Amino acid sequence: MELILCVAVGILFSVGVYLILSKSLLKIILGTSLLTHGVHLLVMTMAGLKRGASPILGDNSGSYVDPLPQALILTSIVISFGITAFFFVLAYRTNQTTGTEVTDDREGGEAANE
Amino acid sequence: MITLYLFIFLPFIFACIVPFLFKYLNRQVHTGWFVMIVPLAILIYLLQFIPDVASGMTYEYTLSWIPSLGIEFTAYVDGLALLFGLLITGVGTLVILYSIFYMSKREALHNFYIYLLMFMGAMLGVVFSDHLLVFYGFWELTSVSSFLLISYWYERKSSRQGALKSMLITVFGGFGMLAGFIMLIMMGDTYSIRELIANMETIQSHVLFIPAMLCVLLGAFTKSAQFPFGIWLPEAMEAPTPVSSYLHSATMVKAGIYLVARMTPIFGGSPVWFWLVSGVGVITLLYGSLTALRQTDLKPLLAYSTISQLGLIMSLLGIGSLAVYFGPGESGTVFTVAAYAALFHLFNHSTFKGSLFMVVGIIDHETGRRDIRYLGGLMQVMPITFTIALIGGLSMAGLPPFNGFLSKEMFFAAVLDVSKAGIFGLDSIGALFPIIAWVASIFTFVYCMIFVFKTFGGPYHPERLNRKVHEAPLGMLLAPILLGLLVVLIFFFPNVLGKYVLTPALSSVLPMMTPSSYDLKISAWHGLNYELLMTIGVILLGSLLYVVKKKWLPAARKFPQSLSLNHLFNEGLQGAERLSASLTSRYMTGSLRHYLIYVFAFFVLLLMGSLLLFHGIQFDFSNDAMINVFDAGLVICMIISALTVLLASNRIVAIVALGVMGYVISMFFVIFRAPDLALTQMVVETVTTVLFLLCFYHLPKLKKTVERISFKWTNLIISIAVGLTVTVMALSAKGHKLFEPITSFFENSYELAGAKNIVNAILVDFRGFDTMLEISVLTIAGLGVYVLIRQRSKRGKEHEAE
Repeated sequence: MELILCVAVGILFSVGVYLILSKSLLKIILGTSLLTHGVHLLVMTMAGLKRGASPILGDNSGSYVDPLPQALILTSIVISFGITAFFFVLAYRTNQTTGTEVTDDREGGEAANE
Repeated sequence: MITLYLFIFLPFIFACIVPFLFKYLNRQVHTGWFVMIVPLAILIYLLQFIPDVASGMTYEYTLSWIPSLGIEFTAYVDGLALLFGLLITGVGTLVILYSIFYMSKREALHNFYIYLLMFMGAMLGVVFSDHLLVFYGFWELTSVSSFLLISYWYERKSSRQGALKSMLITVFGGFGMLAGFIMLIMMGDTYSIRELIANMETIQSHVLFIPAMLCVLLGAFTKSAQFPFGIWLPEAMEAPTPVSSYLHSATMVKAGIYLVARMTPIFGGSPVWFWLVSGVGVITLLYGSLTALRQTDLKPLLAYSTISQLGLIMSLLGIGSLAVYFGPGESGTVFTVAAYAALFHLFNHSTFKGSLFMVVGIIDHETGRRDIRYLGGLMQVMPITFTIALIGGLSMAGLPPFNGFLSKEMFFAAVLDVSKAGIFGLDSIGALFPIIAWVASIFTFVYCMIFVFKTFGGPYHPERLNRKVHEAPLGMLLAPILLGLLVVLIFFFPNVLGKYVLTPALSSVLPMMTPSSYDLKISAWHGLNYELLMTIGVILLGSLLYVVKKKWLPAARKFPQSLSLNHLFNEGLQGAERLSASLTSRYMTGSLRHYLIYVFAFFVLLLMGSLLLFHGIQFDFSNDAMINVFDAGLVICMIISALTVLLASNRIVAIVALGVMGYVISMFFVIFRAPDLALTQMVVETVTTVLFLLCFYHLPKLKKTVERISFKWTNLIISIAVGLTVTVMALSAKGHKLFEPITSFFENSYELAGAKNIVNAILVDFRGFDTMLEISVLTIAGLGVYVLIRQRSKRGKEHEAE
């Protein structure tokens, strides 16, 4: 199971990075979302999978799965949600101001040379 | 002895008062009159040390600065420091006297005198410091104040350029010197120069001995304008003439000489030291005298002559360092005379060069010209100035009855001695020393003649000059007259100076020599010998060359500019600027994608590299959970939706695919026994998808941008490499649990926090700070979104108004 998930996480990272490297702002945001998912799954996988019951006391179970990564991921989900929401609006505003959602290499290059 | 400190810091303290004097009293009294008190007071104070120091006493006083680091102001008064102290304050007094008449009251005098006092204090600090780091601090302060003084007329471009160049070169050398000092401190385990000299046995056998020497010499050579670092000095002539006279002839350029003299007991006796100091000195001597011939402006002419004379002093110090090698004895004594000649010429040069610069200042002030092609015949209108120039010029040329003659004779004696020394491979090349020295002396003679007789002799052309010329006011003449008198006096009574000032200075340069052995040599300046014949040859050949100068001087002046050191320096500087600009613009493209590629490539190379290098790739699947059909289905769903996001040409499809992926992830959370996560993920995914759809309703359609194949390939390679790295890293890390997880502690959540849901207990109780800050993040993001939207509506209104 862990092997499969690690490979899946790698694929999520690949796709995310590929999208981030594109010129379209929308694709870049999609890419960051994919990266976020990949990281969450990675944290989950690293803690070990399916060993014990859900971390709620009273199930009379002998052992529970590790609750700490779950708390970490929960925090991360909320933060990435906040960031993603901000990114949306930023991209939307950029589109409104510049009329495009494509980052232009040449223009930036010239600005850097000045 | 605390008074010694007071006197070193007096210029700095007084510099604070100068602006007030300038503001309130300058209308009635020239500010310079007040400033002149400072060097005069220090001079008088220092004069009273002479009898004690001449009898071999030294003074030391320590003021604590940073005791925990062992850094303290240690003032040390010995013969060498006193010689320099007297020069600094004596010439300083005269220069300020001169500047009172040279600088108009309308100039920004407060700036001028603050910088000058700052320089004076720094210079006194350099010569009296015994602590290496404090020495370095004062050394850099002389560079800074010199920079300020050169750019005194900052509205002129040439002033700013000259200041910049001198700053770059001297600070470059200063850093080198600092490195050398640090090596010295490491070798000798002390900051004190005197203790280093006492420890020199251990230092000389240390592996850092040669590097430290090279670094220290770099500092000395840049400061003293030695070849090839001398190019800043002629451009520093953009400074007001009192500054040129003070800094660039008498004091600052001798700081390097002082450093070499100070370090001779430590480094002297090594062949590298001898060859570098005397070799560079001799080359500088020849180069300076040759280049001075080509100048038509009087100040650069004097600047190159200063470079040449500094080279002479430097080479004498190099030859003098042989005395350390031979030690007390007959041959050691011979070379002791060379070091003595260096100190003697050092003093002489300060007197005649100071007066010559002042003469140039007077000419400039009275005629408005400094170019010898316009000047001539000034003898008739400015007889006193001419007399001073004649004394200074002939002294510089090395003629009797002026002090330059004595030191030049001693120089010839020293180069003749060194050619016969028979060590350090001198047998073969040693013969070059007298030849180069002699040739350079001929050139020196010629440019001195040009300086004096082209300016003051020949026909007088009042129409070529900007002003009606008359003799300078007495006040302006006073300082050069005093210096000129000194030039003559030293010729007739050299031993007074020698006994009281130079001999104690010599015993600090060469502490290993016993004073009694060289006492006799000082007065031995009479007699017919090779040196005298050489001088006669110089006079004859020099006069001949001067008479026929029309035949060869124009040819000499046609030296190609592109080969000059100055040109090389400027080109090098511009080249470095161009190189760094093109380098920066090459990788700082301004494209986000390029920067991301750097980041990802670095990530992959670093992680993969270290994984491979340290054999980190070890897979261990023994502990893995079992996989069932349901899990496999979810994984396949996730991969398919990821690829859909990647390949979708329609943005709705991409967004929906991303939503599907979010729900699949929440299903994963379900099967991984994480109910809170599944719930949150589901809700957040829903809201995110809605936001996506809301915001991107306005965006243009996902364009099928035509991208170059190479573009896509690079992205593909990088992204696959990143994915692979993450997978390999995760797989390698997973199997290696270094210690047990701390989960068992959180299973006490009911006892400790009264909660049955462990995850929630962690979030609000065990690790509540995380949650608080995560709430802050959400708040800030919300505010950000709000502000962005508001800003849009404002902008929109503006647009409508337009």
